[in-house]
Amino acid sequence: MLRLLSFVSFLAIWWVAAAYADGTKLPSPPAVLDVLLAEARSGELFLHLGATLARVALAFALAMTLGGAIGYLMGRVRLANRLGDPWLILLLNLPALVVIVLAYIWAGLTEVAAIAAIAINKLPTAVVTLREGTRALDRSLDEMATVFAMSRWRTFRHVILPQLAPYVAAAARSGLSLVWKIVLVAELLGRPNGVGFEIGVAFQLFDTPLLLAYSLTFAAVVLIIETLLVQPFEARASRWRPRAA
Amino acid sequence: MQLDVDITGKTFQNAAGERHEVLTGLKFSLQSGQVAVFFGPSGCGKSTMLRILLGLDHDFQGHVTRPAKARAGMVFQEPRLLPWRSVEENVRLAAPDIDETKLSALFKLLELDAHRSHYPGELSLGLARRVALARAFAVEPDILVLDEPLASLDDALANRLREEIAMLVSSRTMITLLVTHNLDDAVRLADRVFLLSARPARILADLPVRTPRHARGDAEIAAIKASILRRASIAVADRSVS
Repeated sequence: MLRLLSFVSFLAIWWVAAAYADGTKLPSPPAVLDVLLAEARSGELFLHLGATLARVALAFALAMTLGGAIGYLMGRVRLANRLGDPWLILLLNLPALVVIVLAYIWAGLTEVAAIAAIAINKLPTAVVTLREGTRALDRSLDEMATVFAMSRWRTFRHVILPQLAPYVAAAARSGLSLVWKIVLVAELLGRPNGVGFEIGVAFQLFDTPLLLAYSLTFAAVVLIIETLLVQPFEARASRWRPRAA
Repeated sequence: MQLDVDITGKTFQNAAGERHEVLTGLKFSLQSGQVAVFFGPSGCGKSTMLRILLGLDHDFQGHVTRPAKARAGMVFQEPRLLPWRSVEENVRLAAPDIDETKLSALFKLLELDAHRSHYPGELSLGLARRVALARAFAVEPDILVLDEPLASLDDALANRLREEIAMLVSSRTMITLLVTHNLDDAVRLADRVFLLSARPARILADLPVRTPRHARGDAEIAAIKASILRRASIAVADRSVS
């Protein structure tokens, strides 16, 4: 109820502001809705949205798998941590724009370059989170598994993984928000489709209704994925824990 | 099957860089079917000894010869169950080959029937200890190690669980090592009692208990207790003289 009220008040403020402002700078909600419906009817909206979502899914999966593996290794093996740490600090602090531009220069304006650039931007945060998780593993349970001669896979599946689950959830959540932000920049700079590309077009034409139509749809999709996928996963991973205050 | 232990030294380094001797002289052999109880003051290094015996700690002087392919079962001082797995899953993960009949019998004996699907976080310490016991016996071990399995339980509960351990230990031929600072555990369960000194631990005396476990009534237990205490005071006196 409160959420709805907050959304309605947002619409109201927008509407009032649009009434006073210049129509080309801030169109009213119905004007944006018209553009949105037209884009949806022509199929353009879904094409661009689909392209963006596919890139997000690929880059996210890549960064999580690779980042998780590297983070686990760095948390377990001291040598790996010492070798990897300078690279990690470099990647963590490298601006996303630099990575994207370099990727396009080196690998051409290709899909591979775009997805790799997005993945590389997300990778270091996944590494850091999973490294922390690995460091926090309970040694006494490791000993228990050793004494009872549990196989490596069994130990990983039943002893290690459940301890890492909250860290994986945290990495997924922070990583996803990062990927949402970066994917549009990558598309704007070097892809012929996707929400980022459309926003670039709208910017060049100063077409505010088009810009808002795509931005708002994108925001809505992010919100839906957050509530339907990320939050239930987080809840499931910690279901055995006693309820926190 | 035989376990040969000869630990001549073990030192720990604390955070300040000082070295502490934990174990000095521990030499003994145990055969299948024997129950050895290590009786010594708290903090004398008993748990460290167990970790070495089980191959969890390789940084010590001396040798430990464990039979190859010996299956180990252990009850840790704190139960060390997986909080994210149910009671039954905890037992089955350690003993994947156990059949339903054996598992049911074990759960029945340890009064865990009603708790199969509970998570460890929902259990009292006494129940969690029972699950740890069930897990250790479920693997049908060749070497069973019990590290203070009755610590911090009230007397009534400790007595009941001690009887259950006695029954389980007699039901299978294996090498059993039990570490305790409670004399009652020692006299009720042991075939041999090793008296350990305060830190750094060494064996002060190796006392056989000849009365069979099932024949130990109150009178026998009192007698064994008295003889152990007598030997303990002699051993301690010897040591302070030397």
